[in-house]
Amino acid sequence: MEKVRLEIDGKLVEAEEGMTLLQAARKIGIDIPTICYDEKMAPYGACRLCMVEIGRNNKTRLVASCVYPVEDKLVVKTESERVIKTRKMILELLLSRCQSGPIETLAKKYGLEKSRFPGEDTGCVLCGLCVRYCGEIKKANAIGFMGRGVERGVAFLPEIAPKVCLSCRECFTLCPGGKVVTESLDGTWFPPLGWQKKV
Amino acid sequence: MAKLGSPVDLEKFRQQLVSQRDLNLPCVTICSGTGCQAYRAASVADAFVREIENQGLKKKVNVRRTGCHGFCERGPIVVIFPQEICYLGVNNEDVPEIVSQTLGQNKLVESSLYKDAKTDKSIAYESEIPFYKNQSRILLGNNRLIDPQNIDDYIALGGYSALVKALFELGADKVLQMVKDANLRGRGGGGFPTGIKWETARNAPGEPKFVIVNADEGDPGAYMNRSLLEGNPHSVLEGLIIGAYVIGSNKGFVYVRQEYPLAVQNITTAIEQAQEYGLLGENILGSGFNFDVKIHRGAGAFVSGESSALMTAIEGRVGEPRPKYIRTTVSGIEGKPSNLNNVETWANVPLIISKGVDWFKSIGSRGNTGTKIFSLVGKVNNTGLVEVPLGTTLQEIIFNIGGGIPKGKRFKAVQTGGPSGGCIPESLLDMPVDFDELAKVGSMMGSGGMIVMDEDTCMVDIARYFVNFLCGESCGKCVPCREGLRQMLIILNNICSGKGKEGDIELLQEISEVMQDASLCALGTTAANPVLSTIKYFRDEYEAHIREKRCPAGACRDLVAYYILPEKCQACLICLRNCPAGAIIGKKDTVHVIDQAKCTKCGTCIEVCPARFGAVVKLSGQTVPVSALGGTKVIRKR
Ligand SMILES: Cc1cc2nc3c(=O)[nH]c(=O)nc-3n(C[C@H](O)[C@H](O)[C@H](O)COP(=O)(O)O)c2cc1C
Ligand code: FES
Repeated sequence: MEKVRLEIDGKLVEAEEGMTLLQAARKIGIDIPTICYDEKMAPYGACRLCMVEIGRNNKTRLVASCVYPVEDKLVVKTESERVIKTRKMILELLLSRCQSGPIETLAKKYGLEKSRFPGEDTGCVLCGLCVRYCGEIKKANAIGFMGRGVERGVAFLPEIAPKVCLSCRECFTLCPGGKVVTESLDGTWFPPLGWQKKV
Repeated sequence: MAKLGSPVDLEKFRQQLVSQRDLNLPCVTICSGTGCQAYRAASVADAFVREIENQGLKKKVNVRRTGCHGFCERGPIVVIFPQEICYLGVNNEDVPEIVSQTLGQNKLVESSLYKDAKTDKSIAYESEIPFYKNQSRILLGNNRLIDPQNIDDYIALGGYSALVKALFELGADKVLQMVKDANLRGRGGGGFPTGIKWETARNAPGEPKFVIVNADEGDPGAYMNRSLLEGNPHSVLEGLIIGAYVIGSNKGFVYVRQEYPLAVQNITTAIEQAQEYGLLGENILGSGFNFDVKIHRGAGAFVSGESSALMTAIEGRVGEPRPKYIRTTVSGIEGKPSNLNNVETWANVPLIISKGVDWFKSIGSRGNTGTKIFSLVGKVNNTGLVEVPLGTTLQEIIFNIGGGIPKGKRFKAVQTGGPSGGCIPESLLDMPVDFDELAKVGSMMGSGGMIVMDEDTCMVDIARYFVNFLCGESCGKCVPCREGLRQMLIILNNICSGKGKEGDIELLQEISEVMQDASLCALGTTAANPVLSTIKYFRDEYEAHIREKRCPAGACRDLVAYYILPEKCQACLICLRNCPAGAIIGKKDTVHVIDQAKCTKCGTCIEVCPARFGAVVKLSGQTVPVSALGGTKVIRKR
């Protein structure tokens, strides 16, 4: 494996080619918040909480650290003003649809008490952890996305879910909003999650 | 037809085709593009065939069904060669006269000619109609000379000679250099230099490599890709084969949206005919180069046109964008180097190869060479497809070609680039339209859509309209785009309905900035353009909505009220009878009054009130004067 050397928050890091910025940062103990990332699965790059700033001087941009591959001599800032501003807005947007679990904790950490944005507390932020776990790891594909745009949601597939979900339940513990665990999941009814009607 | 085995075969075949064609023989061409077909062009074409036969002219006249001429609004369009007499809006009843007069006696049929609104004079020749006169139709121009279902038409015009030149004369290196030197930039919206893209794909490790035509055209207002693919499919195909040769790809795809049946049909036919002629497949023209093309039909969501989403769809999965910090030219379809270009980009390639770099660079402006096709729609007199050199001013496009704003209204803004483009105000009408200038003013080239708006358009409502569209067309995968759009729509709905509050503008800007910075694909990073550009150029309209609950254009229903001026009302009962909500109270000799509680603000009353009375007015931002519902006596006009 080729080694590359880059700078994260002023610290020099040696990383292997093919690693992501997130992995390289975590290796030296730098914490970057994530929601949709789980090391068991392929990175997905959807929550955008893990954005970091790369580049020098005034030629910088934000990238999702969970998918961006390490590059030699790259300069990375994980807590720049721009990063924090972006992260706070994303958390505030997420808070409008989920007020529990890691979202709540992170929001507090970033000084957000309440979101300025209206929304239903669906508990689901469409991070896709359940969907990807079921597809990539269990290969069961019992749960999937439905709809597009603001009407995106997650749904159990009626042909598959009743047969496999009740005895598996492994995705339940992954859910950041705790919403996959639901009492109504009694073998006859699998509710759609996170779906909100367009205003 | 036996396969053409060499450039000599192709040239011989071309000579043979040309010698069989008598160019002096009159030829009636009937536009059969999707636009004209909607006006029953197919039946008009049949009528011509029948009538020509009936009048005994069959041996003396040719008939050709061609692709789109661009002036779709005035379809069906008939052009008679060699004079290029142009008849617009032709229906079956007009056909006998055109055949007997124009084809039989070389006389014009006045009633079907273009009439200039300013001078009231008829114009007979296509090249003199202002809509066409001021264009440079290097790409679209051939549409009217070709039957798109017949490869021979394309070959007779010199088609596939650029391919011969590329394969046998220049070689891949020189072709690549030409495309780079010509500075061809991607017509799919981003304006990325095509030569550099090709070079990256060519140098990227991995086999096989793929080349792809992007004919998704997800912007509902744009149809230039459809018209090219329908009207001149071989020009796109020839460009694609040349690109594949340079890049070293043996497999190509045409990704075309399902909703374009005629384009699908014509490109399918074109591929079949090219295969039959040996211009596609194994050992093309004896060069040793092999190349095949497959058509992939997309279920057209707007976002499917994005490169990574499109490639995921070709792989057979749900077409959602994916993070592409590694370029698709390096890792695209199945992780292999994949070069995607827009329909129009590909169609430019044969022209550059045949006519040369200098010729191409002589068109357009610095850093923006060649032409661009725009679809000009909205509040403009001549709507249609407009091809002009890059760098042409908005003024030229909208006023000289488009013929200005209908009904003497005032121009307000033009939205360019499709749903996530920006709105450009009157003060910038003199700006040249090219990739860089559009970006500078907060808009973009995007799809090449151009929507003209007049004084009656509310710019907040327009922003709301596009955000609403994008809410449904975003894939919904990443948070800034999905949730940002959702919240922007809520705020814009509030503003338009009079519930806006101080701080809303700033909040919209705050969300926009994060969407631009953090979204996963270019849909999200550009989605705020309609909002940001309208705030930038029309902030006063936002403020009027928020502070005064007033819509300056009088377009936002919740902020307007209709009112009958008591001193003008002549109690004619017309509005009262026409009001679908039954909201108008009154009787003969008694001034009519609108019951505001019942009024649905449909605007019927203002439309039907006789102009000589002009008694109904639209109010916004002011309280409606209370009139006695019983009504007062009419003040008669003298
Ligand atoms: C939301 C979105 C929609 C797009 N739709 C199209 C499209 O319909 N046609 C197209 O050619 N490019 C479209 N693009 C641009 C493509 O991603 C890509 O840049 C382009 O096809 C490359 O071709 P070019 O280099 O010839 O411009 C779209 C991009 C985005 C972000
Ligand atoms: S963790 Fe990187 S986008 Fe969600």
